[in-house]
Amino acid sequence: MPVNTEAIGKAFPPFEYEVGKEKIGEYARAVGEENPVYFNREAAREAGFHDVAAPPMFAVVYSSGSVAPALFDPDVGLNFAMMVHGGQEFVWGEPVCSGDVISTVTTVQDISEKGGMGFYVFESVSTNRNGQEVVRGTWTNIVRGMS
Amino acid sequence: MNVELKVTPDKYLPHRYAGASGDFNPIHIDVDFAKQVGLPSNILHGLYTMAQVARASVNAGGGDPRSLRRLSVQFRGMGFPDQEITVTGSVKEERDGRVVVAAEAEQGGNRIIRNAEAELELGSSS
Repeated sequence: MPVNTEAIGKAFPPFEYEVGKEKIGEYARAVGEENPVYFNREAAREAGFHDVAAPPMFAVVYSSGSVAPALFDPDVGLNFAMMVHGGQEFVWGEPVCSGDVISTVTTVQDISEKGGMGFYVFESVSTNRNGQEVVRGTWTNIVRGMS
Repeated sequence: MNVELKVTPDKYLPHRYAGASGDFNPIHIDVDFAKQVGLPSNILHGLYTMAQVARASVNAGGGDPRSLRRLSVQFRGMGFPDQEITVTGSVKEERDGRVVVAAEAEQGGNRIIRNAEAELELGSSS
C-alpha cells in the first residue's frame, strides 16, 4: 500500500501548556538532571532565569500535546503497529521557565516513501506569551511494510 | 571538550519517565505487552535516551541549559532498563561561534542513538 501524501501541509490547532515548577522537577529527576536551576527558584534567578528553568528536553512535555493529535489524525493515516520513532531534532530559542504559557502548533511537513518504508515528518513550533519562539521540533516517524 | 556520560536506568525508570513525559505507550511500561508484540522486554523511551545526550552535551559545555541551541538524533535499535548507557561525543567543528558536537549513545554494544549532532553556544548566558 503506497503512502497517502494528501495530508502534507496540514496544520493542527494550537495547544497550550502552562509550565509548572513541580512538573519541571518531576521531569528533571526522571532524566537524571542535577543542576539546581531546574529545582530551586533562587538558584534559577541567580543564573538569570525569571523562575525555575526547564531542561531543554522538557520541550517534549509541552509540545507532545500538539504532536500527538497530528500522529493520530485519520488524514495522516499512520499505521501505529508498524511505526518507530526514527529521528528527532529540536532547535531552541528563548528559555522556558515555570509560569510560562507555551503554545504549540504542529504541521505535517512531509510524507514520503523509500525502500518500502513510509517517512512521516511533523514539525512543531512552540512560542511563549511574548510571541518568542522557544523551540522548533522535527519529529520523524518511520513505518515499515509500506509496499 | 569531550562528551561522556554513563547512566543505568533502573527497572522502574520507564514508569517514572512515562509519568514525567506523558508517554504511556505500553511497549515502555508493560513487559507482557512488549513480549506480545515481539520485543524481548519493555524498552526505553527514545526521547529519554535523547535527554541523556542533551544532558551530556550541556554538562560538557559547562552546564548552562541555554548553551544548547540544537540537537538532532537518529534512533536505532532499542534501549532497555537495567543496562548501562554510555553517551560519547567530540567536537566536530566550530562555526559562527558555535561548537558542533558529534555524539552517540551505546548500550551493550548496540548504538541506540546514532549520528547525534549537538550545537552549543558557549560563553553566553542569555
